[in-house]
Amino acid sequence: MNDARPAGEYALLEVHIARKVYQVASGKRLEVLRDIRFCLRRGEVAALVGPSGTGKTTMLRIIAGLEPDYQGTIGRPAHSVMGMVFQEPRLLPWRTVEENVRLAASEASDAQLAELFDLLELTAHRSHYPGELSLGLARRVALARALAVEPDLLILDEPFVSLDDALARRLRDELASLIDKRPVTTLLVTHDLDEAVSLADRVFFLSGHPAGIVRECTIDKPRRARGPADLAALRVSLEQAEVPAGRQPTVNPGKQPSGPS
Amino acid sequence: MLRLASLAVFFGAWFLGAQLAGEQYLPGPYAVLTAVATEARTGTLFVQVGITLFRVLLAFLLAMTLGIAAGLLMGRVRLADQLGDPWLIVILNLPALVIIVLAYIWAGLTETAAIAAVAVNKLPNAIVTVREGARALDPTLEEMAQVFAMPRRTVLRHVVLPQLAPYIAAAARSGLALVWKIVLVVELLGRPNGVGYEIGIAFQLFDVTRVLAYSVVFVAAILLIETLVVQPLERRASRWRIRPA
Repeated sequence: MNDARPAGEYALLEVHIARKVYQVASGKRLEVLRDIRFCLRRGEVAALVGPSGTGKTTMLRIIAGLEPDYQGTIGRPAHSVMGMVFQEPRLLPWRTVEENVRLAASEASDAQLAELFDLLELTAHRSHYPGELSLGLARRVALARALAVEPDLLILDEPFVSLDDALARRLRDELASLIDKRPVTTLLVTHDLDEAVSLADRVFFLSGHPAGIVRECTIDKPRRARGPADLAALRVSLEQAEVPAGRQPTVNPGKQPSGPS
Repeated sequence: MLRLASLAVFFGAWFLGAQLAGEQYLPGPYAVLTAVATEARTGTLFVQVGITLFRVLLAFLLAMTLGIAAGLLMGRVRLADQLGDPWLIVILNLPALVIIVLAYIWAGLTETAAIAAVAVNKLPNAIVTVREGARALDPTLEEMAQVFAMPRRTVLRHVVLPQLAPYIAAAARSGLALVWKIVLVVELLGRPNGVGYEIGIAFQLFDVTRVLAYSVVFVAAILLIETLVVQPLERRASRWRIRPA
């Protein structure tokens, strides 16, 4: 068992990806993921960190059910609701902000939506079309849409990438307070350690070709209690622990090897 | 304004042409409009134009509905495309006249045969256009719909059809023009009424004025439909696009 925690009834997400192979255009087969195993308990927030091109997005796509061609199993309770924020906002350009959210979350009440729009400061933009929004606003709408479905599992694929630092930090804080308000099992992909340490309870490092989880850290201090000093310290400890891409893991010999590169 | 000026030039050219060619070959605008007024007074004009418009509408709706469904299917399902493509090429290259004659022979000189023949003539064009649209559908939006477990109807209405709208509009535009031209031929060949039938009679009597009178009224009717129905629909469908202020 790769995961030290008992899976039990509290496990909301059990991931086991034995192999994921892509057929590239030249006909060659490229193995991108191997032997990835982890479990998330209900309400746990996990961050997947790793250099770009390691297959983080592929992994999220497998977990979200968008990539049926892989070896392994993804365990989720039946009827669990998923909310996802893609790297791009992926809003319907021909529907207003409010319609975009309502179409995904058909069961959300007016009051719930009003609260959510208010929280994400989208109230003034409810009747705007996505083409009229800045990227930052569009990402907030995508986040609102993912949260409006009241997900059991929230999947975030670099949701704040290519935003300026101040805005990214603000959105991150908004997200943190939303998650604290209504605990939701969250899987976040990022290459930004700041993002990982300010949001996650657990951080997985993905590395190698094919990629595997080379290290896992647990952050025990609750999100709300983490001050700037804590974040900086966490960041430093994670940076020191981070394994350079392509190497065998040395920090945690007990973990699954990522395979030869 | 520019459109009006352009229209005025057209009438001017018509008037001059009539002067040069002689009233027998090309009656002037005044003679044609008088003929329109005469036909309108007896009421036949409205009846005949109404009947033809009804056929146009029915054949158009039939062709567009089937065309959108088949185009969507062929654009999205490889097997359907491979199976349907040869058929499409056959119908696409079958002359309109052959389809009409065959329809009348097989189904008799009936209303059904007439409308079906027109619809079949328009169908491949609609399929080809919508298929292009279906091939260009954005897969990332469909993934989004899948993740949020949107019901099929919602996906069709809010994700797929809005993407097809420009293609459907293009097919509708060219379709309306094509369908009314073919409806006239169908009427000429095998219907006891309608604008095509009237033009057939006028042809036998060498009555150019009457031919033009019916054509003018019909073109005007189609222009009206285009301005009052097609264009507003198109504007509505593209209201989300940012227009230069």
